[in-house]
Amino acid sequence: MEDRSRRSFLKIGGACALGLSALPAIKVSAADVQSVFSPAPNALTGKKWAMVIDMKKCWEKGKEGCKDCSQACNHVHNVPDIGNPKDEIKWIWPEHFANAFPGQESEYTPEEIASKEFIILCNHCTNPPCTRVCPTQATWKRKEDGVVMMDPHRCIGCRYCMAACPFGSRSFNFRDPKPFVKDPNPKYPARMRGVVEKCTFCEERLAKGQIPACVEACKAKALVFGDLDDPKSEVRKLLHSNYTIRRKPELGTEPNVYYII
Amino acid sequence: MLERVFTGSEKYYKLLMSLLAVVAVGFGCYLYQLTHGLTVTGMSRDVSWGLYIAQFTFLVGVAASAVMVVLPYYLHHYKTFGRITILGEFLAVSAVTMCLLFIIVDLGQPQRALNVLLHPTPNSVLFWDMIVLNGYLFINIIVGWNVLAAERKGVMVQSWVKPLIYLSIPWAVSIHTVTAFLYAGLPGRHSWLTAILAARFLASAFAAGPSLLILLCLFLRKHTKFDAGKEAIQKLATIVTYAMLISIFFVLLEVFTAFYSNIPGHMHGLKYIFFGLEGHARLTPWMWAATVMAFGAAFILLNPGMRENEMTLKIACTCVFLSLWIEKGIIFVISGFVPTPTEHVVEYYPSIPELCIVVGVWALGFFILSLLYKIAISIKEELAA
Repeated sequence: MEDRSRRSFLKIGGACALGLSALPAIKVSAADVQSVFSPAPNALTGKKWAMVIDMKKCWEKGKEGCKDCSQACNHVHNVPDIGNPKDEIKWIWPEHFANAFPGQESEYTPEEIASKEFIILCNHCTNPPCTRVCPTQATWKRKEDGVVMMDPHRCIGCRYCMAACPFGSRSFNFRDPKPFVKDPNPKYPARMRGVVEKCTFCEERLAKGQIPACVEACKAKALVFGDLDDPKSEVRKLLHSNYTIRRKPELGTEPNVYYII
Repeated sequence: MLERVFTGSEKYYKLLMSLLAVVAVGFGCYLYQLTHGLTVTGMSRDVSWGLYIAQFTFLVGVAASAVMVVLPYYLHHYKTFGRITILGEFLAVSAVTMCLLFIIVDLGQPQRALNVLLHPTPNSVLFWDMIVLNGYLFINIIVGWNVLAAERKGVMVQSWVKPLIYLSIPWAVSIHTVTAFLYAGLPGRHSWLTAILAARFLASAFAAGPSLLILLCLFLRKHTKFDAGKEAIQKLATIVTYAMLISIFFVLLEVFTAFYSNIPGHMHGLKYIFFGLEGHARLTPWMWAATVMAFGAAFILLNPGMRENEMTLKIACTCVFLSLWIEKGIIFVISGFVPTPTEHVVEYYPSIPELCIVVGVWALGFFILSLLYKIAISIKEELAA
């Protein structure tokens, strides 16, 4: 008869627990599992999505105080209007030149630039610091097209990504957002309390063959969305024929949102 | 050994009960936070980390400082510290426990905390911090417990414990280095983006931790039969002196680099904490208090007569601990968010529930510390008797 002491039982139990706890570590070193999903036939596909924002068009052709882009975004994505700066959620919003491009302003910056507001949103950086710091891979840079994705169901709400983002592009649901969504869009999920969210370049619309909601909503056609990897794309043409600037290029994050001013 | 926590004087039970009462208040506030979200704290979209993460950062230092008694005793055979290594290790256990609790109370979705294990992410410093902190906790529990058990039986500690003791030395350095890397690798947060941060953290930790240990030793001598001995306390005081001077020196290095280079981003953080920015100056009284206490403590500690006098030593240690608690446990984390990435100055002030939770976690830490010290002291008293 084998020795069935409590000691040996505990030994076997301990070994099993150790083996099970090592499983995730083994999974991580195992080869990446290829995605079993293929994009829908009408999906917009690109290798490196980017946006060019022509602020001159926005200021000249847009109406004073026009909020079409942010309103469209907020509605499509059920972004709450909480109404206080402490808890607010922002995906795309206006900032003055000195705030959007710190250090670029001088006392001689033309009045029309210094006083006007710029549209800012997640830059979908080529080297995003936010995804680098996330301890759960709840946010990641999508390999196929460069969108900086966000999974609010995996997010633990540590807010490390908010500390890491040098553009202030991330928001945290300090409270339940649902009561603050006036006209909910049932086609897009609402978030829960305690998770981070941000602009995702409308990845859910790209998958259905639609351009981002903000781009679609802009009557002045100031926002242009396209694939930087495609030399014939409109964004590449604009970048070729205009001098453009990016936010905080010195940090090496390689923002993919460009501005014509 | 464990049964010794159940036997004690009335004073001991009163201490435990009052700590538990504070824990209960903190826990109540935590339930409130859990049901309403982190909106009940003073944190905001712009200052997205507050006192919780700041306490965590400070306490990692207190935990790491155990190495300051372990290293001289085990590597240099400095026998005088033999009596107090257990106090250092048990202090580390309670400090790391508080660190982990402060992370948990800071999470927006604490029930998902184990996602960090389910989806291990080696490129995240927070993942490594989780590894080193938990590792350090277990090392100190195992080492402390076994060394104490051996002492009780009057035998040498078992041979397998020795490698763990040596491992605990670099491991202590690693916990504070990794914690510094949480901050020091983020582009765009100028006050944090400094290569000297890990060194600064270690220096301030080796001042704050041993100064707390001195105060604890003096407390124990007054209320129990355990005496750490004058020599051990004086040696700790010497450690505090050097570490405090290095800590002040490191902060002055930051001031030089920021202001001589004249780069606005580097100056903003320091201007904000010392003088305020755009009329926002909530942290300045704290920063000046910390500065005055730091220099006051350095003055006392540098003066041999005052360092050897227990009354003035107590004052110096209190000043060192409070000064570094303010610098690291309040100012460092919060000022990193000012100004915001879009150059707005947004200030933070903790809310009442948030403060209660902070105090509650500290109380729980001291509750654990009391139990652990009770065991250690009871055994030492029995052996002395």
